[in-house]
Amino acid sequence: MFKGGFIQNLPKIYGLYTGGFLVFILMMAIAEQAGVTAKTIGILFVAFTVAIYALIGYLSRTIQVDAYYLAGRQVPTVFNGMATAADWMSGASFVALAGGVYFGGYSYMAFLVGWTGGYVLVSTLLAPYLRKFGCYTVPDFIGTRYGGNGVRFCAVLVLVLASFTYVTAQINATGTIAARALGIPFEAGVWVGLVSILLCSMLGGMRAVTWTQVAQYIVLIVAYLIPVFWISNKIGAGVFPHLMLGDEVARITELEGQFGLVKNSAADVKAAGVPGGLKSIAVAHAGVGAGGMAVWKYISLAICMMVGTASLPHILMRYFTTPSVKSARKSVAWSLFFIFLLYSSAPMLATLSKISLMDPNLPTGIIGKSISDVQSLEWVKQWSSQKQVFIADFNGDGILQLNEWFMRTGVVVLATPEVAGLPYVISGLVAAGGMAAAMSTADGLVLAISNALSHDVYYNMIDPKADVRKRLIVARVLLILTGAAGAYIASMRITSILGAVAWAFDFAMSGLFFPLVLGVWWKRATREGAIAGMLSGLAAGTAYLIYVYPKFLGNPAWLGIDHLRFGLIGAPVCLVVMVVVSLMTKAPDAATQRMVDEVRVPSGKAILGRAH
Amino acid sequence: MSNKEKHWQKTKGHMIMTLVLWAFFSMVIFLFGYEINGMSFLGYPLAYYMTAQGSLLAFVIIIFWFANKQEKIDEEFGFGEKED
Repeated sequence: MFKGGFIQNLPKIYGLYTGGFLVFILMMAIAEQAGVTAKTIGILFVAFTVAIYALIGYLSRTIQVDAYYLAGRQVPTVFNGMATAADWMSGASFVALAGGVYFGGYSYMAFLVGWTGGYVLVSTLLAPYLRKFGCYTVPDFIGTRYGGNGVRFCAVLVLVLASFTYVTAQINATGTIAARALGIPFEAGVWVGLVSILLCSMLGGMRAVTWTQVAQYIVLIVAYLIPVFWISNKIGAGVFPHLMLGDEVARITELEGQFGLVKNSAADVKAAGVPGGLKSIAVAHAGVGAGGMAVWKYISLAICMMVGTASLPHILMRYFTTPSVKSARKSVAWSLFFIFLLYSSAPMLATLSKISLMDPNLPTGIIGKSISDVQSLEWVKQWSSQKQVFIADFNGDGILQLNEWFMRTGVVVLATPEVAGLPYVISGLVAAGGMAAAMSTADGLVLAISNALSHDVYYNMIDPKADVRKRLIVARVLLILTGAAGAYIASMRITSILGAVAWAFDFAMSGLFFPLVLGVWWKRATREGAIAGMLSGLAAGTAYLIYVYPKFLGNPAWLGIDHLRFGLIGAPVCLVVMVVVSLMTKAPDAATQRMVDEVRVPSGKAILGRAH
Repeated sequence: MSNKEKHWQKTKGHMIMTLVLWAFFSMVIFLFGYEINGMSFLGYPLAYYMTAQGSLLAFVIIIFWFANKQEKIDEEFGFGEKED
């Protein structure tokens, strides 16, 4: 059955794996009918999938540098696309995206456009050229193109800042899911999450992370799409929800008019004792705000997320692993295709979830019903006890109004299957999907940070004579330390202070976007320009963040540029400083210019060898 | 102009063309979000549809188109890659 090498057999191997996973879901469904408890099913789902990832991680162990850093440069186009999609879609994407759309409406969906449109920049401006360069890490490109350890170190600095902001949130998410599924305290869940993440990455580096990410993508997409299609069919909204929810969207708009969209005052919410983080619907589902500021808010957020996407090192480094330049380009397209499958489903899930709760003609509708009836529903009882949903009878009429129903954003994904009356096996599947999404992103981020520290800081700056064995030991020690630092911070529960996931995009865009792009597209860019650009961009962005973020100085936002958009300050500063300083300093030498010429041609050998 | 320079000229042109399409679907149409939301596509309000699905799909198509055309440009100037 398995003739030829591992790479030739990938479609068969992952085909079998997917089949096996579907059989597992069926077995769990049968077990549920046979009376196995919901809790046991939840544990089995998470434990079984994590064990598979760990097995893949162990089988991909390696003692070669190019396998550890580049997965041997032999990851086929489509599989690299799946791995990138898993790398990209975080626990937050999986659990919170639909909820964000549910509460935020049109203006929140700027994230959807931003987090997909960025891939056009990746494919046109960066990925193929970085692949031709043959670097191990993003700072490896900056350090070689501009020359010198100073510029390399600046790139490491931006990378660590951006990736670390992101990774604590991911470890936090693995902890939350592990804690809920296994029934252990959150602090213990975080360390269980960390061990699972390290099992997938430590022995095989990039190679192990690649093959586990492909497996994780399959789990997370199955876990996202099955409930969306099932709910849509069950409530009679349409066989293919993506194309058929027009009537439901119109119906929601009609119901919004009927119930009224009321924004509760902060004082009312506080007086009623609504737990923190829970929201009520106050924004139109499909309506668009009028006026220049609304347009600017939408577009500025999309720009930050797009440019940030094109600067995030853990994404760019996935394209170093393809066999050729053209496969790197194609692989970006496949990545976006696989991301599109989930992202285009999130608004559909939000629509289905909202119509199920709002439409009084559906058996699941709760708005407009008597509060005592709603409170006696099984799922409302259960999620209320976990402080995930809340009812506040502001007008005291005993009837649930739209503005009296509060939910946490994650509930849209986690509870909608239950609300629509799907069997518990689907909730277990969703938990496994969330775990896969959070783990795969955490893996990619931890590896991006530790590879930069081991390859760029340790090998290039501290001990260039280190042999392969020593380099790989150092790489693994740094991997464990990075993960442990992330888990430690996550376990202190201060991630809310560290701010939003969006910050990682703004940091990366402030410090890395222009040095990377100009490194390929502008031969005149110099080392001094790159250093000055990175440092000033990062400093300007960070200073503005401190100036504007409510928990820091909390000043009013300038031109609507709030803490989610501070990259719009950092990146232009970086560009201007980099161009001015480059023009003031001596042009790069002939060898560097030749190197840039060589990068622009897809054929021929990579600039940096397989082992370097 | 050398072969390499010509190849780079054409590559740059293709890049700019791709980014124009990208800017249209990521920014230009949302400049008119309020105005176009009265129109409908597949039964959805148009601006809602574009931000929920339409632009995302456009990006997927743009990148596949970009990659295929760039491969042709590379082959035209003899820079196509043999492996794969």
